[in-house]
Amino acid sequence: MSAQAQAPPARSGSRTVRRLEPAALFGVMSRDVAIFGRYWKATTFSSIVQPTIYLLAFGLGFGALQKHVGHWTYVQYVGTGVVATAVLFSSAFPGMFNTFIRWQFQRTYDAILAAPVDVEELVTAEVLWISLRAGVYCMAPLLVAIAFGLAPNVGMLLVPEIGFLTGFGFACFGVTIAAVAKTIDNFNYITSAVLTPLFLVAGTFFPVSSLPAGLRTLAQINPLYHCVQLVRDASLGDLGVADLGHAAVLVAFALLMWRLAIWRLGSRLID
Amino acid sequence: MATTAHSSRQAPAAGEAQAAIALHGVVKRFGSIVAVAGLDLEVPAGICFGLLGPNGAGKSTTMRMLTAQTLADEGTLRVLGYELPRQSKQSRLEMGVVPQLDNLDVELTCRQVLAVFARLYRVPRGEREAAVTRALELANLVPRAETIVKELSGGMRRRLLIARGLIHRPRLVLLDEPTVGLDPQVRQELWTLIDGLREEGVTVLMSTHYIEEAERLADTVAVMSKGQIIARGAPVELVRAHAGEQVLEVYGPPPHLAQVSALAAAEGWSSRRSGPAVAILRAETLNGKAPEGVLRPASLEDAFVALTGEDIE
Repeated sequence: MSAQAQAPPARSGSRTVRRLEPAALFGVMSRDVAIFGRYWKATTFSSIVQPTIYLLAFGLGFGALQKHVGHWTYVQYVGTGVVATAVLFSSAFPGMFNTFIRWQFQRTYDAILAAPVDVEELVTAEVLWISLRAGVYCMAPLLVAIAFGLAPNVGMLLVPEIGFLTGFGFACFGVTIAAVAKTIDNFNYITSAVLTPLFLVAGTFFPVSSLPAGLRTLAQINPLYHCVQLVRDASLGDLGVADLGHAAVLVAFALLMWRLAIWRLGSRLID
Repeated sequence: MATTAHSSRQAPAAGEAQAAIALHGVVKRFGSIVAVAGLDLEVPAGICFGLLGPNGAGKSTTMRMLTAQTLADEGTLRVLGYELPRQSKQSRLEMGVVPQLDNLDVELTCRQVLAVFARLYRVPRGEREAAVTRALELANLVPRAETIVKELSGGMRRRLLIARGLIHRPRLVLLDEPTVGLDPQVRQELWTLIDGLREEGVTVLMSTHYIEEAERLADTVAVMSKGQIIARGAPVELVRAHAGEQVLEVYGPPPHLAQVSALAAAEGWSSRRSGPAVAILRAETLNGKAPEGVLRPASLEDAFVALTGEDIE
């Protein structure tokens, strides 16, 4: 078809491959970056508008009834709670939908796995990208809350890292769900029966202490609860020893979900 | 086992003397279905090898096993000297894959698709742009470099798919049904491209169910049926061995054709219905009893049908 076919083919036999190679991770992520270039405007719009609506609704509506939660003002409380909400939605949903669409509908993962990339690298790269994005975009609600009167604090610089860590776990959770789902409609079960309770029973809009004992226990094992606590303590200059515990839960959740996602998706991608 | 694995690390450099692909006793089951049933397949380096077979013969499963996207239940697999699945990632670095089903990133431009795969195939940073340009030229897509994939025609998408598999100048290329569903003109273009690969010294393994494609492109053809290779050789040899030199095609109304079929059965001639005619193989060996008909040279399709008992398409 063209004259290019004359140079001798390369011989790349001397190079050897290893596990979790940066080249493979960056390769997969470069694809995400290229695609992100097409829809960043929509993502940015919703990541700012959504917390604004939450803050308006809860701040003006609910805040009129309840000025304080514990020793915090309601803007402090909800403004930081909304950050965790943003992390959950910007990681669990892409984890589920992107994985399912790219694997089942577009078959992109088949193409990537035919290249020198293994399932571990594919999942890790996809999840890293999602959680990096979650870490950056969870700053949006915080900025909105500052506009609503939340005082800036140096501890807020920790928020992207907390968002990244939590987002990593939930993105892996999403990948795992996509791997076990039979159809994309199955995600409705997860959204309504798992994600919605997780997001409400986490101390986002009202304190966990106001819940009955059973739900309080549930909140303790909800990673999002620990994310909310960390974000709140960091943003409001309230960090203490308990926050090490919260961070430890998030690290454990991320590691567990990471291995689970690789295992489950691997068993579906490789037959 | 350990010794072979170790020696294989140096082996690929030895190159041409060694088979590019060597499968022995490979079995793959999906539940109760045996897709590949004790497959032995050797593809020497530097040739275009055609894997021919009806749908469901196990061609695509075999292709997927070569990239370790399907894992064999039994048998040994070596690709470019690497043992699969353990060293599969290493072998994938040196081979290109063109799948049967289009799995291009529809939201990206042609240039972006190629750039992503240049990274995935570890093309060094400084060479990536040149590799992308070369691939665009190879696929005749330079004017479409900035076009989003979903806006391309079917033929362009297939060319991009092939260019993507060649971005890193692989030593081995797997083509799974490379021209299925394409119009004749596009098919001709792709054949020229595939033929160009062989001239470069690239080993090509191509699965197809288009007889003409195998006949035109492949140095060696293997016929696969029910998960096994049932015949193998140069297309000309296969025709001679399994269909003879000439075929007699007898035309006529259905009752006449039924008579001819009965006569062939009685005389022990190998025959089959071929569209509106009865085709009798090895026409050169028929004695004076041959019915009136048209003689034509035997084709690979005749050999294929004689071997598999199945009509193509």
